[in-house]
Amino acid sequence: METLLVASRKGLFVVRGSGAQWAVESHHFAGEPVTQALADPRDGAWYAALRMGHFGVKLRKSLDQGVTWKEVGAPAFPLKPEQGFWADDPTPWNVDMVWALTPGGADEPGTLWAGCMPAGLFKSQDGGQTWALNRPLWEEPRRKGWFGGGNDYPGMHSVLVDPRDARHLTVAVSCGGVWQTHDGGESWSLTARGMTADYLPAEAADDENTQDPHRLVSCGAQPDALWVQHHCGIYRSRDGGAQWQAVKAPAPSGFGFAVACDPRNPNRAWFVPAVADACRIPVDGRMLVTRTDDGGKTFTAFGDGLPQSHAYHLVYRHSLEVAGDGQTLAMSSTTGGLWMSANAGEQWHCVSRDLPPVAAIRFA
Amino acid sequence: MVQVEFAASLRRHVECATQLVAAGSLRAVLEAALTAAPELAHYVFDDQRSVRKHVAVFVNRQMVLDRVNLNQQLASGDRVLVIQALTGG
Repeated sequence: METLLVASRKGLFVVRGSGAQWAVESHHFAGEPVTQALADPRDGAWYAALRMGHFGVKLRKSLDQGVTWKEVGAPAFPLKPEQGFWADDPTPWNVDMVWALTPGGADEPGTLWAGCMPAGLFKSQDGGQTWALNRPLWEEPRRKGWFGGGNDYPGMHSVLVDPRDARHLTVAVSCGGVWQTHDGGESWSLTARGMTADYLPAEAADDENTQDPHRLVSCGAQPDALWVQHHCGIYRSRDGGAQWQAVKAPAPSGFGFAVACDPRNPNRAWFVPAVADACRIPVDGRMLVTRTDDGGKTFTAFGDGLPQSHAYHLVYRHSLEVAGDGQTLAMSSTTGGLWMSANAGEQWHCVSRDLPPVAAIRFA
Repeated sequence: MVQVEFAASLRRHVECATQLVAAGSLRAVLEAALTAAPELAHYVFDDQRSVRKHVAVFVNRQMVLDRVNLNQQLASGDRVLVIQALTGG
């Protein structure tokens, strides 16, 4: 029996099941937008990041698997300076959304990282009670070159903590490239070499600082194996992001938002194609998942169990997840679809077509 | 004294009874009232301590348009009401 947390426009759903039998078990924060969720594997705590329409970002925590929730601290920016380099920063110093929630290392109980919109990285060392902005990255001068991709401001959607060394973090920003720290966030380096942005002037297309990675994931067993679904296609890295290789676009499209990597096999990854950036719907109205088993050389498209006619589901960057077994997958859409696969994406089972727009899903 | 009331839409998240606080600037009045429920402050103010875009503050019958400075001076007997603005979704 697996548990899936589903963060939606109208609350958090808890889905449980296995194989082809899954069901919505409970609904929390009914009516409130939930932008991210996390089940902390270290202590079992659940977190839900709310984006209240009136009252801003809130973080709720449960120690009893959703029976009760309590409010904990939420990431918040410090006061914006009125003088100096950042006084004219066009990006608001207000957290609009928690976009990524990642537990710290196994040897760091209580440490959490939050990637936000705008693209601030926040750290908690007390299980979410209090948060502090990572100033070295926020005050990195090149941040002024970042811009929003599909949003008004740049946002940080992917935060990876290296299971071998929790002081090594890799984060991805739309549009601000991929950044890494090896000293717990005291210093950062830009690591998007090899990526190309066809939305930029040709002479700036390989500027690492303005790449638009839609989603960044790593292989649990081999953390130097990284995959990115980029605005302009698919990229992989075998050396922890020192160099990125473009992957030839699979049929029917290389455009999308989501990517998932087999936690045991760095050469296996899944994607959900859409037509193009200017047409964010499935190709020919057929919903497909593409999978590579050979590191991106070839892909197979799977649609068994997915809507194959006049389907206009879009799968956001946090809406394709693989469980630890490498076989169980979950996928959700902006039009309220939720599907599960028990055989590595080859066949899918519909859990619901009637949920609110889904922002993120996480296995508990 | 100035009376400060938070609407039910706020109190359903963090309970806070109607407060009576000393007259002064609107900011001073709001900050003083929120000492009774510090957890409510982040519902009313954003990270920069401005009134949130979708929160409305009324002084007596007048909605306050300034969300940043809040330097309007209030007199004893004034009433402040903090509500959620009408937004959809």
